[in-house]
Amino acid sequence: MATGVAAWLPFARAAAIGWMPVANCPMPVAPRDNSKKQDELIILNVSGRRFQTWRTTLDRYPDTLLGSSEKDFFYNEETKEYFFDRDPDAFRSILNFYRTGKLHYPRHECISAYDEELTFFGIIPEIIGDCCYEEYKDRKRENLERLQDDQEENKDMKIPNMNFRETMWRAFENPHTSTMALVFYYVTGFFIAISVITNVVETVPCGSTANQKDMPCGERYTVAFFCMDTACVMIFTVEYLMRLFAAPSRYRFMRSVMSIIDVVAILPYYIGLVMTNNEDVSGAFVTLRVFRVFRIFKFSRHSQGLRILGYTLKSCASELGFLLFSLTMAIIIFATVMFYAEKGSSSSKFTSIPASFWYTIVTMTTLGYGDMVPKTIAGKIFGSICSLSGVLVIALPVPVIVSNFSRIYHQNQRADKRRAQKKARLARIRIAKSGSANAFLQSKHNGLLNELLELTGTEEEEHKLTKSISLLESQHHHLLHCLEKTTHLRTQQWDLSDLVTLTQMTANSSNNQQLKAHEFVDEQLFEQNCLETALQTFPSRSPSVSDHDSPVGGCCGRRERKNNPLPNTSLLTAHPIPTHQGPLQELSAIHIQSGDPLSHTASRSNLNLKTGDSSKINCKGGRITTAIISLPTPPALTPDGDGLHGPPQRRPPPPPGNPPPPASRPRRAQLASTLSKSRLCNSLADRSNSAGERKRRRRREEEEEEAGNTRMTDASCLLLQGQRRES
Amino acid sequence: MGALMVIFSLQPKQRRKTTDSVEDELELSAVRHRPEGLEQLEAQTRFSRKELQILYRGFKNECPSGVVNEETFKDIYSQFFPQGDASTYAHFLFNAFDTDHNGSVSFEDFVMGLSILLRGTVQEKLNWAFNLYDINKDGYITKEEMLDIMKAIYDMMGKCTYPVLKEETPRQHVEVFFQKMDKNKDGVVTIDEFIDCCQNDENIMRSMHLFENVL
Repeated sequence: MATGVAAWLPFARAAAIGWMPVANCPMPVAPRDNSKKQDELIILNVSGRRFQTWRTTLDRYPDTLLGSSEKDFFYNEETKEYFFDRDPDAFRSILNFYRTGKLHYPRHECISAYDEELTFFGIIPEIIGDCCYEEYKDRKRENLERLQDDQEENKDMKIPNMNFRETMWRAFENPHTSTMALVFYYVTGFFIAISVITNVVETVPCGSTANQKDMPCGERYTVAFFCMDTACVMIFTVEYLMRLFAAPSRYRFMRSVMSIIDVVAILPYYIGLVMTNNEDVSGAFVTLRVFRVFRIFKFSRHSQGLRILGYTLKSCASELGFLLFSLTMAIIIFATVMFYAEKGSSSSKFTSIPASFWYTIVTMTTLGYGDMVPKTIAGKIFGSICSLSGVLVIALPVPVIVSNFSRIYHQNQRADKRRAQKKARLARIRIAKSGSANAFLQSKHNGLLNELLELTGTEEEEHKLTKSISLLESQHHHLLHCLEKTTHLRTQQWDLSDLVTLTQMTANSSNNQQLKAHEFVDEQLFEQNCLETALQTFPSRSPSVSDHDSPVGGCCGRRERKNNPLPNTSLLTAHPIPTHQGPLQELSAIHIQSGDPLSHTASRSNLNLKTGDSSKINCKGGRITTAIISLPTPPALTPDGDGLHGPPQRRPPPPPGNPPPPASRPRRAQLASTLSKSRLCNSLADRSNSAGERKRRRRREEEEEEAGNTRMTDASCLLLQGQRRES
Repeated sequence: MGALMVIFSLQPKQRRKTTDSVEDELELSAVRHRPEGLEQLEAQTRFSRKELQILYRGFKNECPSGVVNEETFKDIYSQFFPQGDASTYAHFLFNAFDTDHNGSVSFEDFVMGLSILLRGTVQEKLNWAFNLYDINKDGYITKEEMLDIMKAIYDMMGKCTYPVLKEETPRQHVEVFFQKMDKNKDGVVTIDEFIDCCQNDENIMRSMHLFENVL
């Protein structure tokens, strides 16, 4: 029911009183309207723009979103309005539909956006008013065609698991899909050209031989031409058979125009082979040779313009028919007139009406050969009328054909342009997607950094490093994380330069480290079960590291750690960072070690004790070793309780007491050793990494070596501080 | 008193029409009509202010120009009876509503007619019904008039009815009606006969109260 009708229902019901006196039987009971609620204003907030309407207006169409209880889902209790997060401009027409009963399609609106809005609000597009329906339908059809075009483009994409036949067919239809197809395309094109040229040159008179006069080349070099012809026909036959084999529907292929052209092109040759050199038959044979010229039509597979022309002619069939019909009519009329006009004159060429046809055609198409000319005055008058009308008659249908051709041609051009643009568009989308994948890895890295930052507590660093990752992003990354966990696979590309910064971060420690480390560890522990298999290299790594601890004696601490394989490896495995690089995992290991939750006590030093011999750990060397290790492998610093307890400054105050130099010297020595060791570690880890990354890492390590010295002092200071605290 | 008020309220409209004849001609292409104030209508009809508001909104929505001409009236009424042809009956209805017979139903006409139909006394309603049946408004319902009305009513039912509508059905119905109504058997039904007869008929009386809670 239309709009106002609902408002007029009381009137219609009241008017029904007019039937009452006439009725013979009692009337049914009227339904009671119990919901005697007042008509209230409803506020519809569509993306900030407030529309207000009466409730009864919306109730007019109870099978739409706004008219039914479905809108309650959008009710906002606080503001007492219905909030829709949609386009307010499109909503205008939808609300007007409720008000006036007519749905209008605004011309500036995109058709698919409008359709979406209609679907959202539960309105079927068929009720668009007549004023706008044509436009809507046209736009929709255009859109569909464009989508179909795109789909056809998608068909060009490689469909996996195509069998040989399908591949071949695709190669035939679309030469750009593979190199082989392109080669085939060009070869066949070449041979078509050769064949056509051969046919043409065959008839050119070559120089005369001694005994005979000028004869065409074909007869002079019969063998050569025959060989050429045979070669071409071989190629064409092979091509045709291959197409026939590859065609998805052979019957349909055989009926298609191109295949008929192919057959017609090669048949004459075979017929010529079959037929003997019989005199009476050779005449027919010669005629058949004419059909060889049809080979030129095979070019239409190679030329798009030709195809468009053919398609245009096909689509303009009615115009062409009209042209033909009108021409025929005019020819007959004028031929008759000319014949009778010229009948009187002597030696007139207009011997019969059909003979006059020739004159009429030549005149109407303004050719005017002059082989037949009227001599009488009447004939001349009618001849001039004929030529004038000829211009008109031919000029009328031609623009239609031309415009058809132009339209189809431009459509094709647009399709090509769209295809090219689509490729660019897809490329851009790919870049964006890969960018987001990188963002994931980056965020993981940042997430780790943030953890470390919290451990170190340097605020400025925190501000520097904390990228504003939105909640959405972080949730998305967490999701990808979970997937990684589930599949035991990891995404690659941890950047070593980031590790450098990590080192810097870990060099500046804060009081919060302990707790945070604990949290960090907890997370790792939680995840540890998933990645145990991945980090088999660790045990091998640790001995290498600890070996080099020995000179200073601090390796024992490491060894102790090594002797606790469970917390080590398991905790190591628990590291979420999906790299196979040693340093980072050492970071995690050390973190975890320090934050061993099983026997976690407040004091970092206690933790250290737990993981190893207290004596060994107490030795400066051990810590120093750790510190040193941490430089190329930044995390190494953190498990150091000293580092963790250090003040949140970049440059901690020089520790009193223990002379730094003696410490630094062994440290430096160990730095070198550990650097080489880290290289070894890296090489071990390199089993899973590419050579390029290896080189990159080595380069970076060399850089770090230089940079490491400065950090060394920091580390040493921290270490000494920690030592002080422990003692 | 009420009549006086009606006259006074009607007069300004007419005065407007005579003095503004030139403007009226100019406005012929876009006929606009504004109803009298809400208070006046409230006084003239038995509707409350709110009801008048609702009625006017619906009225103006369907007829933005403020008056309903017969075509629009027929369109609107036909929408309620999609299966049949309600145009004939709508025509009679239009004439019944168009009390001043100027070819268009203004909001006042509309609302006053509704007031009678929905809030009027039984007498008034019967009066209105008689007015509806009396096509030429001569005070008598003849058999032909009644037949027209009856055919119009049956037309509204449409072609697909059960049992199938036969030619004589309206005629028979008219016969029944006249037998009931025409007391003195003079072939016409007068207003008094009509009202008397209806008041004595249980069914009709009951059905008169059927639509009282429409608005």
